[in-house]
Amino acid sequence: MALHLAIVLAPLAAAIIAGLFGRWIGRSGAHCVTIAAVGASFLMSVIVLLGQLEPGALPQNETVYTWLVTDGVRMEIGFLVDRLTALMMCVVTFVSLMVHVYTIGYMHEDPGYQRFFSYISLFTFAMLMLVMANNFLQLFFGWEAVGLVSYLLIGFWYTRPTAIFANMKAFLVNRVGDFGFLLGIALLLASSGSLDYATVFAKAPQIAQQTMEIAPGTTWSVMTLACILLFVGAMGKSAQMPLHVWLPDSMEGPTPISALIHAATMVTAGVFMVARMSPLFEYSETALSVVLVVGATTALLTGFIGVVQHDIKRVVAYSTLSQLGYMTAALGASAYAAGIFHLMTHAFFKALLFLAAGSVIVALHHEQDIRRMGGLRKHLPVTYWTSLVGSLALIGFPGFAGFFSKDALIEAVELAGRAGASYASFCLIAGVFVTALYSFRMFFLVFHGKERLDEDARHHLHESPLVITVPLVLLAIPSLVIGWPTIGATLFAGYFDAAIFVMPGNDVLARLGSDFHGAGGFLLHGLTGLPVLLSVAGVAAAWYLYLYRPAVPEAIATRVAVLHRLLVNKYYFDDFNEKVLARGARLTGGALWRFGDVAVIDGALVNGSARLVAWAAAIVRLSQSGYLYHYAFAMIIGLALLVYWTLGGV
Amino acid sequence: MASFGLLSLLVWLPILGGIVVLAVGSGAGGESRRWDRWIALTVAVAVFLLSIPLYTGFDTTTWSMQFVERMPWIPSFSIEYYLGVDGFSMPLIILTTVLTPLVMIAGWDVIKARPAQYFAAFLILEGLMVGVFAALDALLFYVFWEAMLIPMFIIIGVWGGERRVYATIKFFLYTFLGSVFMLVALIYLYLQSASYSILDFHQLPLSHPEQIAIFIAFFLAFAVKVPMWPVHTWLPDAHVEAPTGGSVILAAVLLKMGGYGFLRFSLPIAPDASGSLAAVVIALSLVAVVYIGFVALVQEDMKKLIAYSSIAHMGFVTLGFFLAWSIQAGTGNLPGIAMGITGGMVQMISHGFVSGALFLCVGVLYDRLHSRRISDYGGVVNTMPVFAAFMVLFAMANAGLPGTSGFVGEFLVILASFQANIWYAVLAATTLVVGAAYTLWLVKRVVFGPVGNDRVAGMSDLNSREFLVLAIAAAGVLLIGVWPAPLVEVMTATVDHFVQHITTSKL
Repeated sequence: MALHLAIVLAPLAAAIIAGLFGRWIGRSGAHCVTIAAVGASFLMSVIVLLGQLEPGALPQNETVYTWLVTDGVRMEIGFLVDRLTALMMCVVTFVSLMVHVYTIGYMHEDPGYQRFFSYISLFTFAMLMLVMANNFLQLFFGWEAVGLVSYLLIGFWYTRPTAIFANMKAFLVNRVGDFGFLLGIALLLASSGSLDYATVFAKAPQIAQQTMEIAPGTTWSVMTLACILLFVGAMGKSAQMPLHVWLPDSMEGPTPISALIHAATMVTAGVFMVARMSPLFEYSETALSVVLVVGATTALLTGFIGVVQHDIKRVVAYSTLSQLGYMTAALGASAYAAGIFHLMTHAFFKALLFLAAGSVIVALHHEQDIRRMGGLRKHLPVTYWTSLVGSLALIGFPGFAGFFSKDALIEAVELAGRAGASYASFCLIAGVFVTALYSFRMFFLVFHGKERLDEDARHHLHESPLVITVPLVLLAIPSLVIGWPTIGATLFAGYFDAAIFVMPGNDVLARLGSDFHGAGGFLLHGLTGLPVLLSVAGVAAAWYLYLYRPAVPEAIATRVAVLHRLLVNKYYFDDFNEKVLARGARLTGGALWRFGDVAVIDGALVNGSARLVAWAAAIVRLSQSGYLYHYAFAMIIGLALLVYWTLGGV
Repeated sequence: MASFGLLSLLVWLPILGGIVVLAVGSGAGGESRRWDRWIALTVAVAVFLLSIPLYTGFDTTTWSMQFVERMPWIPSFSIEYYLGVDGFSMPLIILTTVLTPLVMIAGWDVIKARPAQYFAAFLILEGLMVGVFAALDALLFYVFWEAMLIPMFIIIGVWGGERRVYATIKFFLYTFLGSVFMLVALIYLYLQSASYSILDFHQLPLSHPEQIAIFIAFFLAFAVKVPMWPVHTWLPDAHVEAPTGGSVILAAVLLKMGGYGFLRFSLPIAPDASGSLAAVVIALSLVAVVYIGFVALVQEDMKKLIAYSSIAHMGFVTLGFFLAWSIQAGTGNLPGIAMGITGGMVQMISHGFVSGALFLCVGVLYDRLHSRRISDYGGVVNTMPVFAAFMVLFAMANAGLPGTSGFVGEFLVILASFQANIWYAVLAATTLVVGAAYTLWLVKRVVFGPVGNDRVAGMSDLNSREFLVLAIAAAGVLLIGVWPAPLVEVMTATVDHFVQHITTSKL
């Protein structure tokens, strides 16, 4: 308990110190205190993970304090620490630590240095609260708190109009997801009487029996409705279509946070949440099918957009969207462990790719357009090799971390028998080719070929300092090897048995595991599969199109101009949101205000009655003639009437 | 208890203090003497300190009235001087005593014209507001209720903006018109029960038609105060024209009188009528949340925007209070009802801090540029970073971010409304998106971005006086958000008894 509390509170304390007293402790004070706190958090998280790995270790469920009690419902702040949580804690704190160190180099010229460290430590706190929650209230707190820090960090450079547009957009789109999420929580409370995971999960079989009428004549299973509502929240946070639109724009924030928040940790919160809620989702076949189809669609369609992007960070962002789709699809196939496994490997190699992209951006003095890069291999050797590792891991090249997680995930989806599974596995397999294509398009355009730099960038060109390259190397190592030792344990040896619940009939990983004979065997098996073939083909295509015959892409773009325009405009989601939804909301507001408030209520009713009174008063004023005998006469009549009523009326 | 006690002190000390300040203060000529405002502040702080025992000495295990003072006032009509507090009124009194010193500090150097009268008006207003919350005799309540309008009327009318006369008259007529019907209802209840004790009214058996008539009479008074759609249009005008302190008290305390009135009069006196008409009230509340949310989106004036946002937030209060019967009808049992009422109460307290703080923020900006127009600002963060941090915090609280007080009430009301009807919850939850949209868009246009114009470039950051005020408000917002239990605990016994009472038919 004290240990868990320390893990959470250390980054919070550091964030407060760096945020409120940044002026006094200075730049080095700010980064020392936050790095020390996050480092300590990481070490303690490792201790927790090791403790959970002991044979016979039990999940720890503990209450910190009671938030409030109303109506017999006890709302608490507390921790549930099991293997799933422990793994997430290690991933979060490790990536966060790397990003903290990296930031020293990346932000060293920025006037908001202390503020930045304060925010990323605060983020670490919020994310830990989210993953360690043992109840829905705290989950929602962490959920919104990471959203807040994301908002603050996307808008970190607050004088840029694009940044402050992007951060508002991110917050609002996430709020659309949270709208569903909150309703899902409300439904679970209504049907189980509690916000505690343990109580709600224990009642899952009963909840699954309940139905409710949401409109006359339409009856829904409560569990399906609750799970879909929760998943709407996950769609917002984990950027699934159509709530994905905020993530590419979030690249307006500084690169370290793109790595930490918008690739490795926060955006995976939705995936984590669904895995955590597996005792609920397992009772709704329909909800799982929705998850599967949404995830697979996102995986393929956002990958296509990545092929036509020119901004180095946006390519990586679309790749993140696509990979989140893979994880989500795994959840929908009941292969929660595979989703979490891919979440972990992805956290390493995607953080690496973002930080490498950041290294390139710094080296070129804040140039982000890959059309003005090229041939950087010899100038940025460390960045080059670590990027290569990251890219190979991303495309699932045999032996790299991403290979193990992605291959297992795709096979699990193939085995899932539920509605939408064949569509999903088509999307995911086709997505492998697309992933390889956009990844190596970027890789070749940045590091190989002719140097297309402008003078300013060439002038500044240099390999990044150690605070930047060391985190790259430290992230490259797990990207390269983490799959080998962990695949067997996480997927097939029941690592998550106490944390993730899978119905026996749905357990695709168990079926997959019956053929599993160690990581080496899995590798050999994978070599003959379609995904590996497709990823190699994707790399070859990228080489052909962007190095060997660079004129071809142009020609293809003009040949299929409609398709190209569709991709460049990102399927017109942004246009729809801005021109129809946002504009519609403003027009609605304007109409309600001008017509409802100003014209009808104030104009006709309020001021209208005032005019009526004024008109009536003008008539009554006639009686105030000023002649004494008029008043005396009126008084006598009044008196007579009064006497009549009081005496005669009895 | 026959002697004057703590509650009397909290009512009369500020009123007497106000009279003293008026007496010793500078005249109409306006040469400013520092010590009149020091007297005012000392009194206000003393009242706050004296109100602390109200919390610490409060017995959370009982629903019955505490700190009771009762003595005859006009015996021939059995009108009494009868004061007491329960879990509903006590937190509202503390809210009043916390905010009054804050508005005084906020107006410290800002009020140039007739400062003594300004501070005196707030002191007198404070006493009367405490009186409204503490009165247990209906006529005493009515006296405080109406008397309170006078200082508020003066504050807007004397220290207000350009269209202050229009705003004051609109404010006065709206609220006065509503109260007249309440007086009729009170007299009717007196004739039936031969007592002006509000607690006797609660026990009075009434037929359904009687209840309906009484409910409507009260409703007119309280709906205007809350304010509920469609009798809300006085509020934006009053806020826009009021000086900063006036806006703060108006939003933070005066609006709560409406919500408090529902709890003290409408629901317990006419529970069956409340049940019959609950659907109407819920509909009006949801209109307030959704319709007013959209209206807030298009406002060009910061104060108007926050005023509309207040109306939307107060919609949660009335929604939470009136859920009882649909929950009872839908689930056949009572859990959920208390959550809605608790949520409404917490929302009132929270809104007091959040909207009060937002009006203080607008005041800080207004004192520098003398404009409330959003388009006159932009990029304030560049010149006022500390202010920007506060503004973002309060904006997030306004958008109901967990960890701030704004979340607690909305969360409880949405959870409770789901038990009544899923569509209530769906409509109420739209505030998550709409509320965030108008608040963050305001922040984007005012706080963020490049420096908007030369005048913004010349703005100076918060001085220590402004910092103190906003820091206290921020502490309240965060404390309630992180740990609402101490606030909820004091009302639990009252709420539970209240639920029993209103769900038991009087017929």
